[in-house]
Amino acid sequence: MTAQLAKPFLQLQGVRKVFSRGGMETEVLTDISLDIAEGEFVSIIGHSGCGKSTLLNLVAGLTRVTTGAVLLENREVNEPGPERAVVFQNHSLLPWLTVYENVRIAVDKVFGRTKSRADRHAWTLHNLDLVQMGHAKDKRPAEISGGMKQRVGIARALAMEPKVLLMDEPFGALDALTRAHLQDSVMQIHARLGNTAIMITHDVDEAVLLSDRIVMMTNGPSARVGEVLEVGLPRPRNRLELVSDARYIHAREAVLKFLYERHRFVEAA
Amino acid sequence: MNAMPGRPVLVDPSAGRVPAGGAARTKSQETKVVALRTARSPLSARALATLREAAATVVPPLVMLAALLLIWQLATDKPDASLPSPLKIWTEANDLIVSPFFVYGPQDIGLGWRVLTSLERVAYGFGLAAIVGIVLGAVVGQSVWAMRGLDPIFQVLRTVPPLAWLPISLAAFRDSGPSAVFVIFITAVWPVIINTAVGIRNIPQDYRNVAEVLRLNPLEYFWRIMIPSAAPYIFTGLRIGIGLSWLAIVAAEMLTGGVGIGFFIWDAWNSSRLSDIVVALVYIGVVGFVLDRLVALVGRIATRGTASA
Repeated sequence: MTAQLAKPFLQLQGVRKVFSRGGMETEVLTDISLDIAEGEFVSIIGHSGCGKSTLLNLVAGLTRVTTGAVLLENREVNEPGPERAVVFQNHSLLPWLTVYENVRIAVDKVFGRTKSRADRHAWTLHNLDLVQMGHAKDKRPAEISGGMKQRVGIARALAMEPKVLLMDEPFGALDALTRAHLQDSVMQIHARLGNTAIMITHDVDEAVLLSDRIVMMTNGPSARVGEVLEVGLPRPRNRLELVSDARYIHAREAVLKFLYERHRFVEAA
Repeated sequence: MNAMPGRPVLVDPSAGRVPAGGAARTKSQETKVVALRTARSPLSARALATLREAAATVVPPLVMLAALLLIWQLATDKPDASLPSPLKIWTEANDLIVSPFFVYGPQDIGLGWRVLTSLERVAYGFGLAAIVGIVLGAVVGQSVWAMRGLDPIFQVLRTVPPLAWLPISLAAFRDSGPSAVFVIFITAVWPVIINTAVGIRNIPQDYRNVAEVLRLNPLEYFWRIMIPSAAPYIFTGLRIGIGLSWLAIVAAEMLTGGVGIGFFIWDAWNSSRLSDIVVALVYIGVVGFVLDRLVALVGRIATRGTASA
């Protein structure tokens, strides 16, 4: 991919995050430095409690870095914004709005000044169609399945035309079959739109299948970037063909070895 | 019985429509027979089921009511009874029961008019309490310090009975009309504030994050996230509030006088019309019940998305 040769699009420079509560200080992340190119799909993997979600929240601007900096196109990130749209783990759709309205609220907010009413309507429908949810546009979140909700969550994020798409364990709450479907959808959308994407996951197969690079985190507290793996598999990728692909097996093994040999999560045992 | 549901339906419209314009009797009679047969279709079966269900909810209260009236009648059916019996009330206060909206003179009007006057006061007082309560509750719920500072004060003030506010309010407003409205307001506002504040505090972090990523401004956040998310709590507060204001109206009107239902009871007591009082109590009870259900219904419609999240 030529994108990897371009100058860094999103940069994390010596990021450190300390949470303090009632005089107690816990260092969650330390010395995180990472350069992500435009159009790149990066997964962040690690055991639970290692601060993966905190890292994503820092890029999203939902929490502030203690020291260091997050730079997007050389501008510092210090508040949330639609150019860094987030797909939340539990979809976070507003239950009192219909599927359409959930996407429309984002479209109205981002394109309220630049697009006409008719264009915003069309753009909302376009994004729902992108995740194959056009048929359920008038349903409320309570009336659709978990996988469908997550699709709408993705549509809402994509509708903001983000520079970076941030996904916090987007498929974590789904069953295995639905998960595979959605992974394929995300791969197709990424191929079509070429978004820069960061995905938090704890699923090794998912990370290898979707990513250009996998960032492996050490265990917390004071988690840091342990290793970064270039997946290097050609796209488009097909999950069935990859099963017997030597590079896939190698990448998978590398991540597994990192997680379960060198950085075993003792407390989880 | 339902052996041939398909055929009569197919035959019926064509057979029924041709003679409908007023043709021969025999033909319309024929269609009537067919229509009876189609009446056993699933649609009418469903209607029958809902009817049965409605009867199941309506009949037991009616039976209990009849039993209670009977006991009451038996207990007070003596010449020296201190309270009137139902039959005596029926004869003595007949005009009040059968015609709520009569006007015989400036002070001799039906209970319906009196209830409407009281409802108008409640509408002002409760409407004010709803607006102020929701806005104040939103402010208090947003800020930890406002909550810490104000919550104990609210908790103390909300236990003050409606009547206890009346002297102060009369002294402040020097007029009975606004005083009554104020008493309703001050009685109903506390549960609205407290419930709204709790609802705002319970807005899930997810929704706050969504609002932050979308960069909603405070006004948009208030209308699009806060109010819908806290709506179930707000409506709980409003429902308690409307109940309390209906309690307060009677108390307030007993002292301020005028045309309302509360003053009517006080007036009836002063002229020993016990039957009239009983009728007024029934009016108050029914109106209070309807008000409660009305707010509950509005709440159910307004929160149909949120409640099932």
